[in-house]
Amino acid sequence: MSVVASTDAPAVEVEDAKAPWRLLVGAAWAQHRTKIGVGITLLLVLIAVIGPFVSRYPPDQGVEGQFPFAPPSSDAWIGTDALGRDTLSRFLSGGYTVLILSGLATALGVSGGVVIGLLAAYSRGRLDDLLMRTMDVVLSFPQIVFALVLAATVGPSLWLLVLAVAVTTLPRAARVSRGAAVEVVERDFVRAAEAIGVPRRKILFSEVLPNITSPLVVETTLRLTFNIAVVAGLSFLGFGLQPPAADWGLMINENKNGLIIQPWPVVLPVIAIGLLTIGTSLIGDGLARAAIGIERGRRSSG
Amino acid sequence: MSQAAAAVASTPVVDIPTLEVVDLCVELADGDHEDIVDGVSFRVEAGEVLGLVGESGSGKTTVGLAILGHTRRGARFRSGAVRILGQNILELRPRHRQALRGSLVSYVPQDPASALNPSMRIGAQLEETLSEHGFGSREAQQARIAEALGEVLLPSDGGFLRRYPHQLSGGQQQRVGLAMAFANRPRVIVLDEPTTGLDVTTQAHVLATIRDLCGAHGVAAVYVSHDLAVVATLATRVAVLYGGRLAEVGPTSALFRRAAHPYTRRLVEAIPELTGHHALVGIPGTAPRPGHRPSGCLFSPRCTFVVDACRAAEPALEEVASGHVARCFRSAEVMQISGAARPGAAPPPEIDVAAALVGVRSLTASYGQREVVHDVHLAVRPRECLALVGESGSGKTTLARCIGGLHTAYVGDVTFRGKPLPAGSRARDSEARREIQYVFQSPYNSLNPRKTVGQIIAQPLQQFFAAGGADARRRTGEALDRVQLSRTCIDRYPHQLSGGERQRVAIARALVADPQLLVCDEVTSALDVSVQAAIVDVLAELQRELDIGLLFVTHNLALIRTIAQEVAVMSEGRIVEHGTVGAVLDAPKADYTKKLLADTPSLEHAFAAVE
Repeated sequence: MSVVASTDAPAVEVEDAKAPWRLLVGAAWAQHRTKIGVGITLLLVLIAVIGPFVSRYPPDQGVEGQFPFAPPSSDAWIGTDALGRDTLSRFLSGGYTVLILSGLATALGVSGGVVIGLLAAYSRGRLDDLLMRTMDVVLSFPQIVFALVLAATVGPSLWLLVLAVAVTTLPRAARVSRGAAVEVVERDFVRAAEAIGVPRRKILFSEVLPNITSPLVVETTLRLTFNIAVVAGLSFLGFGLQPPAADWGLMINENKNGLIIQPWPVVLPVIAIGLLTIGTSLIGDGLARAAIGIERGRRSSG
Repeated sequence: MSQAAAAVASTPVVDIPTLEVVDLCVELADGDHEDIVDGVSFRVEAGEVLGLVGESGSGKTTVGLAILGHTRRGARFRSGAVRILGQNILELRPRHRQALRGSLVSYVPQDPASALNPSMRIGAQLEETLSEHGFGSREAQQARIAEALGEVLLPSDGGFLRRYPHQLSGGQQQRVGLAMAFANRPRVIVLDEPTTGLDVTTQAHVLATIRDLCGAHGVAAVYVSHDLAVVATLATRVAVLYGGRLAEVGPTSALFRRAAHPYTRRLVEAIPELTGHHALVGIPGTAPRPGHRPSGCLFSPRCTFVVDACRAAEPALEEVASGHVARCFRSAEVMQISGAARPGAAPPPEIDVAAALVGVRSLTASYGQREVVHDVHLAVRPRECLALVGESGSGKTTLARCIGGLHTAYVGDVTFRGKPLPAGSRARDSEARREIQYVFQSPYNSLNPRKTVGQIIAQPLQQFFAAGGADARRRTGEALDRVQLSRTCIDRYPHQLSGGERQRVAIARALVADPQLLVCDEVTSALDVSVQAAIVDVLAELQRELDIGLLFVTHNLALIRTIAQEVAVMSEGRIVEHGTVGAVLDAPKADYTKKLLADTPSLEHAFAAVE
């Protein structure tokens, strides 16, 4: 019976031949908002990374002959701060901490959340209830308050700040991954893997996880945006880097009294933090829209 | 009724067909002018049912929607007319067209569950259909709702009207869909494969209801389907679409018995028959897609009748008999051959009467509190194919899942080569997991969309043989050859494959484990008829060549003649009949089997009814 070959039509055109995550990135990049977001974010990351190497003065030392809140001059191009230090040097040197701390906290929180969310979705029943209700309890603390309580009991330190932000990120990531995974674990390819005895850990990470990347990527950028603001806020409140180190959040706090005479040491980090969150949220928005678009296309063609 | 509807309805009805589609052309709206449907024309008179038949992607749904004056997103009308009682509805403004839908022309979708609003009670949804088109007083509405539900054999008491869609069965949901479509007494109705998800008995009821209603109310109906057997049961005339063009239009019996187009002929041959011993023959090659149409006759690359003239120019639709047109240069010859007998099937292989490969003793399985399989005994012998047949809800899939280790909530014994098998794959040893392989119903669900075909097939290789790299790739290639799939598929993702190709991948995944028993759970139910034939063929060949046992679960009795040696018929969790295929199909003993045989749509039944 050699008549029988592949009798039916291939389902999709050639341009769909890319890996699914590439499809997502491609569709996101096609939007202006994503390009603008990436541009803004890159600019600020560059400032934060290159800044410490190009600043004129050490950030924690005063400039010779300058007084607090001095106006712009040839020695200090945009003036000095509350202790007579060069504002520009402190701005350039103070960016990377926000980036590293918020990035680290987001990575920790999201990966922990994914593990919990996948486990909950896959095991169902009691373990699911136990994990998700625990997440609800953590979720009921406002992020800042939770960090404040931790800092007040243990004392301010950087690892504590990262941990506090990560812990508050965890339940949100767990919820999103559980929500997306609940649907995936019911599908037959998961049964197929179980039937041939693939271990649970492998089913979770190689069968289920790749199917929830879209919502996860979107959630990660969203959490990063929030965490940048929270980390900057905590530094402002004095729970991050300690003086005399340079840090954007700290700068705002130190110089807020001189806002009327010399606004730069406050305005500059405020703009930077604001732009950074706008940039990352534009990227997240672009990714989210792309994910919806792909989902829609798949539905109408399938 | 809106102005437009009133204008259309008041047009005098003198020798104007109820529905007339003239030279309809729908194209993709992306600027390349690639047509999805081109030059489609047909007429449907009041009370007549036209079957619109084609493979996936042939444009049959596009034509169906066009009759409602609607196109899918990304498509638009280029030319042509859709006349209902003489009025071209494509010329109307969108708002007026909208007003016609549900009153003058209505639609019954494929999936009733997604067409009904899950948050609205049945009564409220029916009321909405009526009041949306300005139907009389509240009392008149209630009376019409009761009448409409009565017509589809549903109760119309308050208790029923207060139910939500999820509280109804699939058949009831589809009946509600029909009641809604007929409630405003439309003149034209489009039915888009409304019985696809239903089991044969329910399907037979729904089809009878549709036929009665169309006759009683003088409705011109267009029944869109890929299932020729269903169309043969219902339609008075059939239009065959291929690649967006009409291949053949004619009276049902003429078209199926003396097909004038080679494509129609192949479609008819791909239908499984209850009594016939003919081989199922798939159609080689792939259907053309918009923008990739061959020159000349669209079917020429797949046609066995092809001559040079076919590649040079496209034949026109020509009359081959009274009321029977076909688009083929050699229609006369095709008609002669179509009338002749269909090819016979190879005789089923001899069965070794030996110890059972899989034995099931007093198995009782349940879902939660509900018992779905009661005290079942079953045996699959080595190198034998046992078909497990039953309606949806008969427990056949649950039984298969118990054997496959996917369902653990059961009591009773399952033995494999005489040794007891624990419940659930986790409890079984690696050898048992390897030797029993399970192929799932829907290939859209059983392949991980984020993995390539190669990665999917490599998984059991890695799991059972720790095979990787070149070795895995070689074995994967061999498995793809076995299921007659090109090796180039190896780096593709499932969404780039068609349903039939995906199911082949799923079968290949089961084969690389080198199993003794293949459990196939409704593996063809999600596929087109022409593809279904090919898949069954692949399985039958594998069973012969590899000497494996096969448990073939299906609701389609007609399929099993081609593949199985033994058959067990299941109803409401019990096996009501068990025997060789010939014995059960030709001389059924159980009442249930007889009923199932009578309800299975087939060409023979359809013709018997006509004559």
